[in-house]
Amino acid sequence: MAVLTYREALNRAMVEEMEKDPMIYLMGEEVGHYQGAYKVSQGMLDKFGEERVIDTPISENGFAGIGVGSAMVGLRPIIEFMTWNFSLVAIDQIINSAAKMNYMSGGQFPMPIVFRGAGGAGGRLGAQHSQAFESWYAHCPGLKVVCPATPKDAYGLLKSSIRDNNPTIFIESEVLYGSKGEVPEQEYTIPLGLGEIKRKGTDITIVTWSRALSFAEEAAIILEKEGISVEIVDLRSLRPLDENLIYESVKKTNRAIVVEEGWPVAGFGAQISHLIQKNVFSYLDHPVERVTQMDVPMSYAANLERMSLPNANRVADTIREMLR
Amino acid sequence: MVSSIPKDSQSVSELQEFYRQMVLIRKFEEAAAKAYSVGKIGGFLHLYIGQEAVGVGSIAALTPHDYIVSTYRDHGHALARGLHPNPLMAELFGKATGISKGNGGSMHFFDKNAHFMGGHGIVGGHISLAAGIAFASKYKKEDSVTICFFGEGAANIGSFHEGLNLAAIWKLPVVFICENNHYAMGTPEYRALAVKDVSVRAYAYDMARDHIEGDEVRKVRDHVKVAVDRARRGEGPTLIEVSTYRFRGHSMSDPAKYRTKEELDAYKKKDPLMRARHELELGGIKPEVLDKLEIEIQTQIDEAYAFAESSPEPPLSQLHKYVYAEDK
Ligand SMILES: Cc1ncc(C[n+]2csc(CCOP(=O)(O)OP(=O)(O)O)c2C)c(N)n1
Repeated sequence: MAVLTYREALNRAMVEEMEKDPMIYLMGEEVGHYQGAYKVSQGMLDKFGEERVIDTPISENGFAGIGVGSAMVGLRPIIEFMTWNFSLVAIDQIINSAAKMNYMSGGQFPMPIVFRGAGGAGGRLGAQHSQAFESWYAHCPGLKVVCPATPKDAYGLLKSSIRDNNPTIFIESEVLYGSKGEVPEQEYTIPLGLGEIKRKGTDITIVTWSRALSFAEEAAIILEKEGISVEIVDLRSLRPLDENLIYESVKKTNRAIVVEEGWPVAGFGAQISHLIQKNVFSYLDHPVERVTQMDVPMSYAANLERMSLPNANRVADTIREMLR
Repeated sequence: MVSSIPKDSQSVSELQEFYRQMVLIRKFEEAAAKAYSVGKIGGFLHLYIGQEAVGVGSIAALTPHDYIVSTYRDHGHALARGLHPNPLMAELFGKATGISKGNGGSMHFFDKNAHFMGGHGIVGGHISLAAGIAFASKYKKEDSVTICFFGEGAANIGSFHEGLNLAAIWKLPVVFICENNHYAMGTPEYRALAVKDVSVRAYAYDMARDHIEGDEVRKVRDHVKVAVDRARRGEGPTLIEVSTYRFRGHSMSDPAKYRTKEELDAYKKKDPLMRARHELELGGIKPEVLDKLEIEIQTQIDEAYAFAESSPEPPLSQLHKYVYAEDK
């Protein structure tokens, strides 16, 4: 097995898919000559040329629309948002065009488009550059929402997203780009909607995805020393959602907590918490809890940013409370 | 370098004041770059070095009632507005004494009293905010003018077009100042602009236009003044393109490998600070006087640095504050 960074795994997935299917192209700001703002598309311009690795001016709404239109007539675009913060400028195209095209045309126009780029909070980037938006997109029927946490998952899930005939919101974690992990040499895909148990345990289930997985894993290690056994469910995609994996785990542990990077109000954790209480209520020994970002825009100040973000200690504290 | 010699003592002292502001901006940012490299400043840090004459000249054309809307490259505009370097540096350090109380950082300087309406982080998003501020001035029958700075990269985004169109149809008192430094991050203008001259886009909105070089601070002031006066007379907005250059990368994390050293050197020969200094010397100011001025400014920047460093972090109780406006 090769050890790759998260960014290299994404790069490999795109390169392999583009080599196979000439209908796939990559478009976005700085994806070509600059080699990607976060270097995810490093080397791709040389490999595929300017026709398939396409730099755009700063015009998110415009190039998202180009992507959707071209997908209606057979191309398979990968649209990179430099970060998901700027996707808000294009949200009209994503939701009103991409997500609804197939439905409102009575199945005439599948939408094989991937919107991808850096997401998540942190790095002292302040209020406009530091936020997690998966809950927004997971709200919308017609979209698939994928949030990988490891290089291995990033590779397999991106390949599935590119091959999918639906619009996929593929949110990469800005903080994880340099993180390393084993990625099988052989080609593989991971079906969208399949979560994974990242750690086995018996006392409580943490449901999480993307970068928040690291907070869960750290908390599990802390709690293990105190004799608390934590099971971690990494959803990997929010839409479709691996509900059964969550229920099976909760049936075993009788407790659940959702750990996420986004804001609490109407956040995706609220949906999971609802599903658990609705479907496996009789197994629960405690109400479902959540650890999220604080309900405020992000402050630039280092101490306030630290306080805003979820972390392992907050997860561990909440779990101790729940087991008391 | 073709220089315009300041003719009378008034224009000498005016140019000297502009020179002081430009040196202040440059030294402020050099100190910020240093603080960034030792980790005292976080996030993004976009420097204005090389473009000083644009901000200083433009803002000199305003009265204190006028409004300024800026981008994430806002340090120079704030200093040119006369904001004290201490709270600006403290903001970069994320301190309670910062101009935005530590919540903003480099990209989000705000000072309501000074009508400094913010640094904004989404490229071009602020262009319609500027039109909105100008709309309010007109609605309230105040004679303030709003100026809005942005880069040539921002001229490609929808909100640029929407903002200019609305400003034109309603004849809003706003001056759009495109600081064309020829690169949007790593993208040179020829790969992003179908028509290279941003200012001709004014024709699409039946708007007045102007196009100038940005290395001569008094010239910038004079041209912007014409547009500001036009706006104040109720004759509507102007789109001004000012050609300039940033000597550093897009931000501190950008080594700027997409441009040549020759190109950079050519622009450095047109450094607006050098030019102003040269003109002042031709106008009769002794080099020693200018050296002394620079030392004084350096002292002021050192003080700002020390102020920022010794200031407290915001209180933790601030975390939940300001999310909603407080009831009066
Ligand atoms: C809508 C949006 N897209 C992308 C970015 C990332 N970004 C920040 S500055 C920048 C380049 C802008 O260039 P320009 O408008 O010419 O201004 P300059 O930086 O040259 O002053 C980019 C791509 C952003 N902040 N907002």
